[in-house]
Amino acid sequence: MAESNPAPTALRMIDIAKYFGSVCALKDINFEVGRNEIVGLIGDNGAGKSTLVKILTGVFPPTSGQLFIADRRVDTGSYSVKTAHSLGIETVYQDKSLGEKQAMWRNFFIGRELTYPLGFLRVREQKKIAHEIMVNTIGFRGRGIGVESKASKLSGGERQGVAIGRAMHFEADLIILDEPTVALSLKEVRKVLNFVHKIKEGGKACIYISHNIADVYEIADRFVVIDRGEIVAGVEKGKISLKELDEFLLEYSHGLKDRGRQ
Amino acid sequence: MSRRASLLGVLGRLEGLPVAVVLALLYAVFIFAAPTVFTGYRIYMSFFQTVPPMLVLAIGLTFVITAGEIDLSFPAVVALSGFVFTWCFQTFGVGWPGFLLALLAGALVGWVNGFLVARLRVPSIMATLAAQFFWYGFTILVAGGLQIDIASVISTPVHTIFVGRVFQVFPLQALWSLGLVIFFWFILNRHRFGQAIMFIGDNAEVARVMGIGVEATRIRLFTLNGALAAFAGLLLTLEINVFYPTQGQGMLLPVMAAVFIGGTSIAGGQGVLMGTLFGMYIIGSLEAGVVATGIGGYWVQLVEGLVMAASVILNIVIGDEGLSALAWTARRWAAPSPSPEKEGRGGG
Repeated sequence: MAESNPAPTALRMIDIAKYFGSVCALKDINFEVGRNEIVGLIGDNGAGKSTLVKILTGVFPPTSGQLFIADRRVDTGSYSVKTAHSLGIETVYQDKSLGEKQAMWRNFFIGRELTYPLGFLRVREQKKIAHEIMVNTIGFRGRGIGVESKASKLSGGERQGVAIGRAMHFEADLIILDEPTVALSLKEVRKVLNFVHKIKEGGKACIYISHNIADVYEIADRFVVIDRGEIVAGVEKGKISLKELDEFLLEYSHGLKDRGRQ
Repeated sequence: MSRRASLLGVLGRLEGLPVAVVLALLYAVFIFAAPTVFTGYRIYMSFFQTVPPMLVLAIGLTFVITAGEIDLSFPAVVALSGFVFTWCFQTFGVGWPGFLLALLAGALVGWVNGFLVARLRVPSIMATLAAQFFWYGFTILVAGGLQIDIASVISTPVHTIFVGRVFQVFPLQALWSLGLVIFFWFILNRHRFGQAIMFIGDNAEVARVMGIGVEATRIRLFTLNGALAAFAGLLLTLEINVFYPTQGQGMLLPVMAAVFIGGTSIAGGQGVLMGTLFGMYIIGSLEAGVVATGIGGYWVQLVEGLVMAASVILNIVIGDEGLSALAWTARRWAAPSPSPEKEGRGGG
C-alpha cells in the first residue's frame, strides 16, 4: 500500500467554522475519526463540543468548511439529520434522545418510521422490533417496562440504553455519545462503557464526549481537547497516562485562567 | 397482576372511556330529572345538529394543543369561511365552488398563522390572537357588517350531502364530524404526521435532533386547523342557511373546554381525540339539559364549571396508568396494605 494514501476515515472535518450571527462558536476545526477509532472529545462547558456534534449530525450546517463522511464529501448545505442517519451516523444525546410522554415503540423509530405507502405507521412491526431490541440488546427483563411504556418511566441508565440500542439497531458506522453518563449510577456508567467497548470490537467508530476524564481515558484511543471553539490538543492514548492527561487538562485550564487575568 | 386489574387495564386503554362515562352519567341524570325531554329522540337530534361544527373545531384544536401550541383564531375562520361560501353561492348560484374556496381560505389563514409561528417564531397565542381580530375585522369589512340570507341553498347538493337529514330526522353533519374524528384519530395515532406532532409537543428539541422537520410540521398543523375551522364554518352556515359576520363568536371557550375535558393536556405531547368527542357532547348538551331539568337558566354556567372540573380531575387521577391505577387507589383505600409499593397518584 502506498504511504501517501491517507488512512480511511469515518469522519473528517476540514476548516469547519460556525458563527451564530457575529458570535464565533467554532473556528479552524480540523478533526477526523478513523474507521475503527474511539475518539474522546474533551472540553469545558461552552467550549463548542455540542456545536461540533450538531454540525456533524446535520442539526444545523457549518458557516464554512468541508465535511467528509466515510471519505466522501457531503454538501453541508443540504446535509440533514436524515442524511446523517442514511450515512450511518447515530447520536446518543445526554438528555434529548427520547420523547418523555411517548411509548417506547414510537421512540425507537421516530424520524425514520416504518410506514405503509401513505405514511401510516407499521405499528405491529415497530413494536416487534422494539421488543426484540429491548430484550436482546438492552436486556430489559421482567421490570414491567415494555414497548408500550412511556419514556418517563425509565431510569436515566435505561434511557441511555434505549438510545444506544436504537443506534445499534440502525447499524451505525459512527456513533456519537454526547455526555452519555451524566446523572447515571456507577453500575449504569459501566454498562455504557461496555457498550462503547462493543462498538470498538464491532469494527465501528465512536466519538465519546464527556467531562469524566477517567471514563474517556479508559475507552478512547485518542483524545481531542476543544476550548473556546478551537481544537487545542490531540493526544494518542499510548503517549500519555491518565494522570498526565488529567494534569495536562488542569494545567491547561489554569494556564488559560492566568492568561485571562493578565 | 390479578386478572381483574388487567381487565381494567384493557378498559383503561380504551381512549376517552372516562369521559364517555361522565357523558353517560350526565345523560342518566338528565333522563331522571327531565324524563319527558330526554326520553324522546328530538333533543338528541337537536344535539346532533348543533354540536358537529364545534366538534370539527375541537378536532383541530386537539391537534394544535397536542403540538404544544394554541390557536385562538378559529372562530374568525368560521366567519370568514361562511362569508366566502355565501358570497360565491350568490355569485355563481351553485354550492361547490364556494365550498372549495372557503376551505382554501381557511387553509390560507392557517398557513399564515403557521408561518408566523414556525418561521418568524411569534408565540402562537399572540399570532393567532392577532389573526382572530384581523380576520373577524376583514370579514365584517367585506360583508359590510350585514348578514346574508341564502335560503335557496337548501336545494343544492352541497346542502344535502353535508347537512341533509337521514330518514328526515338524523342530521348528516353528525356523521361527517364523527367520521372526521375517526379519520383524524388514525392520523394522530397511526400516522407519521401525528407522531411528529406528539414529539414536537413533547419536546421540540428531541424532535429536531431525531430528524423531524419541526417548522414544516408546525406550518402543516396550522394549515390543517384553518381548513378544519373552515369546514366547521361551512357546516354552520349550511345548517342555518344564513351567514352572519359574528358567527363562530362564543365557540372559542366551549371548544377549548371540550378538548381539556377530553383529557388532552395543555402541556402538549399527547392528544385524546376520543375524549374530545365525548367532551364536546358533554359541553354541547349541558345548556339544553340544565334548562330542561327546570332548575333554571342561571344554573347553566355553574353546572358547566362543575362538570368540567370533575372531568379534568378524573383525567388527572386516572393519568397515564389507566383505570387500573384507579382500581389500585380504590383497593388501597379499602385495605391499606403495609407493602411499600409506589404511590398511586390519587391516593392519600
